[in-house]
Amino acid sequence: MLNLRLYMLQRITALLMAPLVLGHLAVMIYAIQGGLSAAEILGRTQGSAVWFLFYGTFVIAVAIHGAIGLRAIVHEWGGLKRPALDLFMWVVGLALLSLGARAVWAVTFA
Amino acid sequence: MTNDVLKVTIERSSDVQDVFEVPAFESQTVLDVVSWVQQNADPTLSYRFACRVGMCGSCAMMVNGVPRWTCRTHINKVLDGNEVTIGPLRNLPVIKDLAVDMDPFFDKWVAAEGVHHGALTRDDPIAPIDEDSAPRAEANAGIECINCSVCYAACDTVAGNPDYLGPAALQRAWTLLNDAKDEGRAAILDAVSDSGGCHNCHSMGSCTAYCPNDLDPMSAIAGLKRETAKSFFKRGR
Amino acid sequence: MKAASGITSRAHPLWLVYLLHRMSGLALTLFLPLHFWVLALAMTDPARLDGFLHLTEAGVVKLAEIGLVFLLAVHMFGGLRLMAMEWLPWSPSQKTLAAGAAALSFLIALLFFLKAI
Repeated sequence: MLNLRLYMLQRITALLMAPLVLGHLAVMIYAIQGGLSAAEILGRTQGSAVWFLFYGTFVIAVAIHGAIGLRAIVHEWGGLKRPALDLFMWVVGLALLSLGARAVWAVTFA
Repeated sequence: MTNDVLKVTIERSSDVQDVFEVPAFESQTVLDVVSWVQQNADPTLSYRFACRVGMCGSCAMMVNGVPRWTCRTHINKVLDGNEVTIGPLRNLPVIKDLAVDMDPFFDKWVAAEGVHHGALTRDDPIAPIDEDSAPRAEANAGIECINCSVCYAACDTVAGNPDYLGPAALQRAWTLLNDAKDEGRAAILDAVSDSGGCHNCHSMGSCTAYCPNDLDPMSAIAGLKRETAKSFFKRGR
Repeated sequence: MKAASGITSRAHPLWLVYLLHRMSGLALTLFLPLHFWVLALAMTDPARLDGFLHLTEAGVVKLAEIGLVFLLAVHMFGGLRLMAMEWLPWSPSQKTLAAGAAALSFLIALLFFLKAI
């Protein structure tokens, strides 16, 4: 149930995320040295346009990528068909996008 | 292998399995075993074969969970002790016993535009073919397909997504796309970009792993993904 | 021998890679809402966020974190492998070499990074 357009979206978001994942992994390895704290995380991200763009792009890409990925799984393993399948994909995508956007906002400009 | 008697389980339907004791012979194929059962133990057993030499593609069955061409598979290679379980091909409707309805499989060949798209008439000269060109090498790689449906039965994506055209049909589309004598490029790219098309493939590679003729449908499908992606950037769809 | 259509009888390396990619993607997507919710606590309830972050010191949670990092890395490299296979018309041996080189350089970079901090 993947046509060319969904396939291209999946691959483009994947390519976009590859460097972001590497960056995310690097930050994680760096950040957990000496334990995590809210002050430490916020000290890094609060008011930073760069981190806002980094995580903002990441959230948009992962919302699209995750929604299309789950779409394939629930169709092949769960037997869900269109139009419920399309609805499912949009709900997952929008939920990930709103939760993610809220989190990015919380650690940068809130 | 010195077993005198083989314990052969045959799936007659999803809940009926019959067990037969079949004498072991030298150089015995899985098809020989099935034929022995039909000729000596149960004449009502239905199965399909024609050439017995790996040309016609009609005798494929599930053997111990793996799709195989039974006429070219020695029973010694698949025996588990002295036991073997034989069932109808996966992913296709069963007509009776080991005979499946191949219609969905062949319908998808046509749906993938796996048909000749000619542009010349009988009055035109025969188009020359450059055997050494790269597209011809791609086309040649897939033309030995015998339509046995082993790849189709092996594919989990087909199992979960009944609209998916499947490895064999998509490989034929890729072959025609690379064939200098075929003029169906636009029709093929459209057909394999639809919701049942090549983009459903997850490259699990079961088609390539089990193809009895050592063909590589997974790479052919990757070729289709490449060409459709190029046309996506060029044409915007 | 049971059903002639069992799944494990058809498991082969590429199939296992496909399954790993699918399961890691599924797990990561299911983890994301929790991840986002915890981070959003920075806005709504900072004290509780610190509570959660202290949890990450616990052994079990630490193990789960390592698991998530592993899933993320596996999913990324699996995806890059998939795209290279689909889009780069290289020979299989060239791709194996490229994958080996990428994994090796990642490992070296990681070791260097861990040493550096």
